[in-house]
Amino acid sequence: MAVDTPPRASRTDVAVGHAPRSEPPLGLRSRLFRLEAKAAPYLYISPFFLLFVAFGLFPLVWTAWISLNDFKLGTPMVFVGLENYRWLFASPEFYNSLWRTITIGILSTVPQLMLALGLAHLLNYQMVVRNFFRISMLMPYATSVAASTLVFAQLFGRDNGFFNWVLSWVGIDAVDWRNGDLTAQIAIAVIVTWRWTGYNALIYLAGMQSISQDLYEAAALDGASKWQQFRHVTLPGLRPTILFTVVVSTIGATQLFGEPLLFGNGQANGGALGQYQTLGLFMYQQGWDYFELGRAATIAWVTFVLVVGLVLLNTGIARWRTRDRKAVR
Amino acid sequence: MTTMTVRDAAAVSPLTPRPRRRRRRGGDHAGPVAYVLLVVTSFLFLAPFYYMIVAASRPMSEMNQFPPPLTPGGGLWRNILSAWDAQPLGLAIWNSLLVSSIITVATVLFCTLSGYAFAKQQFAGKKALFAVTVGTMMIPPTLGIVPLYQVMAALDLTGKLSAVVLPSLVTAFGVFFMRQYLIQTLPDELIEAARVDGATSLRTVWSIVLPIARPGMAVLAMLTFMAAWNDFFWPVIALVSSNPTVQVALKNLGSGYVPDQAIIMAGTLVGTLPVVVVFVLLGRQIVSGIMAGAVKG
Repeated sequence: MAVDTPPRASRTDVAVGHAPRSEPPLGLRSRLFRLEAKAAPYLYISPFFLLFVAFGLFPLVWTAWISLNDFKLGTPMVFVGLENYRWLFASPEFYNSLWRTITIGILSTVPQLMLALGLAHLLNYQMVVRNFFRISMLMPYATSVAASTLVFAQLFGRDNGFFNWVLSWVGIDAVDWRNGDLTAQIAIAVIVTWRWTGYNALIYLAGMQSISQDLYEAAALDGASKWQQFRHVTLPGLRPTILFTVVVSTIGATQLFGEPLLFGNGQANGGALGQYQTLGLFMYQQGWDYFELGRAATIAWVTFVLVVGLVLLNTGIARWRTRDRKAVR
Repeated sequence: MTTMTVRDAAAVSPLTPRPRRRRRRGGDHAGPVAYVLLVVTSFLFLAPFYYMIVAASRPMSEMNQFPPPLTPGGGLWRNILSAWDAQPLGLAIWNSLLVSSIITVATVLFCTLSGYAFAKQQFAGKKALFAVTVGTMMIPPTLGIVPLYQVMAALDLTGKLSAVVLPSLVTAFGVFFMRQYLIQTLPDELIEAARVDGATSLRTVWSIVLPIARPGMAVLAMLTFMAAWNDFFWPVIALVSSNPTVQVALKNLGSGYVPDQAIIMAGTLVGTLPVVVVFVLLGRQIVSGIMAGAVKG
């Protein structure tokens, strides 16, 4: 549909025709008719922009102002300048949650996207029951953060958990998933990975199916092995898709909140030693456990800056990793 | 806050121009290795659901045995009733249905209209406004939570369902999704013909755009409903435990110091069932809906 170009607009005017521009006295009816056509698009997009300004843009900007205030729930705001930022950067809890956010983010995002890529490759084969495989892989996506975390919290139980039982088959002693440092982070990463791998696999599959079959045939004619075809045709072809999933997963990872909250029985401290305290959880703790909304806003802004930095870094890496050295496309 | 996370944007992400999709006529057939791998991963994806049923149907004492039981017991109903006593689950399900339905209807309507304007109509500032719309998908929802809470407190809405509904009535993702859909499916000639016949813009929307948009609206409705039902962060902050949605009730159920696992699992099962039923019935459409935007280049 390549008709969407400016000339078409003038053609429409001619086609409408019953009121050429040179003819001065337009009837009220046709003037209203024209006015309606001009105003209609703005009417259609107005709900989005009105709601966005009220519940998106205004809060976004206002967060910056709140972060410069001492603001406890139920009391008036008191301007304190950069005091909240000074508090934050002197707080060991901040560095802890920053570090946990990064490690849990890596532990969940990297395996998730790699698995999704492999799965997409498998789902791309011709096979019977392929819809069953696709639907079952998307089932976790239909589950809520709360439900999946509560189920996995039991599977990761120390004394009677299913995973420890499986580990006991190979002679590994019961792991205290929740109280261990790395183990708690792995457990949370598993929950995230379980929920989002199938979804990402479908996105990759859609991307793979839009790569022209000719490229594979040409590569095969040139004697490229399956692995070489994957590296030099599939990966470059998926590049925009991969970039997007990387950006989106990075943002998702910095927002992690429900999983660590419920993994810790609803406590916002992220474990006894804060071993799975994320930035999202830290913000919630300051804002709604301690009622320090000014500090919560500060954490939100610092997180935002971090997200932007991480997204830039990750897209840079992903771009470099999927760069096609032979420029097939 | 936003019921549609930025993740969903990936569904329609790779819309950069690329060669037309060719039908794979004789694509490779899966070998036994591929089948084995797929069966194993499908099992891993589905097993937690089975475990949920097992744990929800046995008393806690039985779930505390080692090794844990692997088959459902007979206590499902009793556990569900206990969960019902522990949390206002009936109210929570009603609240979730209400919130998700309102959000879905509003989102589908508003996004279809906006999507139509961006796809097929000419107006000043269109490009810039669309860029802003897409750009908002990149803003992390947590960033504006504190002021949003303030706004709701000022409007005296905290603890009320409207606090959950209001910020989610429209999503940038939905606008984007419907725009892509209508660019693909709605011929320009139809709109022009309607205008020649003297139809007003609203009339054109009603009798031409909406009927054609219906399949796209259905996919958006399913995705929106699931996202709204499963939304967690903002409802947990905005609502109180006496008036929860399902997710808030589940959070409260799982927040005890000595949680009864059987009751938690029974509640989780009840709260998950509606979406899973929708998903099993409409799974194929949801799968193709998520893939559709990505495939059409």
